[in-house]
Amino acid sequence: MSETDEVLLSVRNLYVEFATDDGLVSAVNDLSYDLKRGKTLAIVGESGSGKSVSSMALMGLVAGMNAKVSGEVYFDGQQLIGADPESVRKLRGDRMAMIFQDPLSSLHPFFRIGDQLVEAVQVHHDIDKKQAQVRVKAMLERVGIPDVDQRMNEYPHQLSGGMRQRVMIGMSLINNPELLIADEPTTALDVTVQAQILELLKDLQKEFGTAIILITHDLGVVADMADEVVVMYGGSAVEHAPVREIFYEPAMPYTWGLIASIPQISAKNAHLDPIPGNPPSLINLPSGCVFAPRCAFKQLVGDDLCEHERPQLSLISLEHASRCHLTENQRTDIRRARLIGRQK
Amino acid sequence: MTQVSPILKVSNLVKHFPITSGGIFQRTTGAVKAVDGISLEVFPGETLGLVGESGCGKSTAGRTVLRLLEPTSGSIEFEGQNLIKVSKRELVFMRREMQMIFQDPYSSLNPRATVGDIISAPFQVQGVKPVGGLRSAVGDLMERVGLNPEHFNRYPNEFSGGQRQRIGIARAIALQPKLIVCDEPVSALDVSIQAQILNLLAEIQKDFGIAYVFVAHDLSVVRHISDRVAVMYLGQIMESAPSELLYTEPLHPYTHALLSAIPIPDPDLERNRERIILSGDLPSPSNPPAGCVFNTRCWKAEDKCRSERPVLREISMGHQVACHFPEQNLIETISVAPTGTDFIA
Repeated sequence: MSETDEVLLSVRNLYVEFATDDGLVSAVNDLSYDLKRGKTLAIVGESGSGKSVSSMALMGLVAGMNAKVSGEVYFDGQQLIGADPESVRKLRGDRMAMIFQDPLSSLHPFFRIGDQLVEAVQVHHDIDKKQAQVRVKAMLERVGIPDVDQRMNEYPHQLSGGMRQRVMIGMSLINNPELLIADEPTTALDVTVQAQILELLKDLQKEFGTAIILITHDLGVVADMADEVVVMYGGSAVEHAPVREIFYEPAMPYTWGLIASIPQISAKNAHLDPIPGNPPSLINLPSGCVFAPRCAFKQLVGDDLCEHERPQLSLISLEHASRCHLTENQRTDIRRARLIGRQK
Repeated sequence: MTQVSPILKVSNLVKHFPITSGGIFQRTTGAVKAVDGISLEVFPGETLGLVGESGCGKSTAGRTVLRLLEPTSGSIEFEGQNLIKVSKRELVFMRREMQMIFQDPYSSLNPRATVGDIISAPFQVQGVKPVGGLRSAVGDLMERVGLNPEHFNRYPNEFSGGQRQRIGIARAIALQPKLIVCDEPVSALDVSIQAQILNLLAEIQKDFGIAYVFVAHDLSVVRHISDRVAVMYLGQIMESAPSELLYTEPLHPYTHALLSAIPIPDPDLERNRERIILSGDLPSPSNPPAGCVFNTRCWKAEDKCRSERPVLREISMGHQVACHFPEQNLIETISVAPTGTDFIA
């Protein structure tokens, strides 16, 4: 029990900024969360919410003259931000791995599948090619690649999208990492293939005890996979809670809007309730709440507080944090009036 | 009930793309059977959803019914006129009545034309002079789709994805067509914006009585907007039904699997339901399996399915399925109350 409760990854006050010709882009603003071993944390948000950038930053994949990453990221106790790039590189692909949305552009087109995976093993382990190949073959069989011997000699373009994503998953798990970051792993896939891949990820997580950060915009995938959820908007976490609370007792108007925007497969809802307006520009973030310009409930708060003062991400119950000026009673009333979440 | 005739009637539509080999002396060595004999009807003011996974031929079907792609064979009747027989010139004239909205609002708008130019193009191409002048007509259209008419002289790159899709919609409704083919109109947009566009499409349909053929891969979106839904797989229609019926009582194993593969945004529901997970991938449309095209992934397939292609047949009122062994338990529940016949004890 103690091992599963152990925090593997701890992110504290993470900021990512990019200097561009148009001004400073604040891609991630003060993001903090903990991830326990073997658990899945989903980061949900729309394009430009900072969900991908934040994860790339903690893997040390945001670099360059124009990027500035600050804050603290502890992976198994080791601070990663500002650490020696070589020590982070040793972790990457070994103890922490990442899979991307588009498996075609994340596999090298000129090298055979087998060779790419063998390389992934040999970079981190001092074993000969024969032994590495045995390990690769076992992993590819585990992720459900048929005719493995033949497939290992093929190039990425010879595989279907679903097969390529299986290869990517195999490659990321080959060194049995403790942390897997999956950035929209099924967005490019058809639903029937998506169902296969999600099932595979769940099985492998159980088998290897991998902790997963799942980045997605699909609330259906979140409901299926996540233990905990962080909702991001305009570079900040606006709500953070266990998965059932996000869906049944959501506390932040943006989360409400997100849930009301999706057409449900299980029932025909006559009219969708979209969030008016567009997501904010990350160059000139509003000084108050980032969601205030699109929020339908800011009048309830009074004194134009939402426009002037950015709310803190504060706990509203034991495990549930929300970044909003609304009071508990106001939230309850709105949820009841608008039939948001599960009604008691 | 009066008999309404369909505005669009497609019969046995086939669209094959030839595969050629050789340099100078090109030979046709095969064909990608993108659309392989589909029949469908669309009635005035209704929405027909066309769903399926990538490569099933839904987009090709959408384009071919407007003759943006020349069909290989089959017939397309638009308001009783066979579209395949009309000359190019007549076709241009008929395009007034049928328009298209594209998936990608970035590549479907000319980046060097202003919004005003883009939306007034249909009037100019068709030589239509709107009452009150072009400028005010375009302004009205912009207002109707939720754009600020003052942005008349702006370029597409100054707009967000959702706003660009609004420009595409304004262009499509400019001449008040009777039919619009919407090819994945919201799949490039974020969810909060997607809902805005879906609501706009629904309002416009109500106001102008336009019929939509709504091509999409997202079954939740299709259910939301469609009156009837046709499910495609490898160039063929597997099942077609009024949308409520299709989602609650699917008869084809493929429809059933497709519906069960969609994750439901409700953790308790999602984690406690039974899910059919299909094995394998979509076969190549250049070499579809013999018999039923779905037999390679179907858990119910028998010898008959591998040899004999099932025809699309009507099981109950408006509910058609192409399967030798449609989902049994569901058939029974339907056959208890046959439609249109009195029950004789």
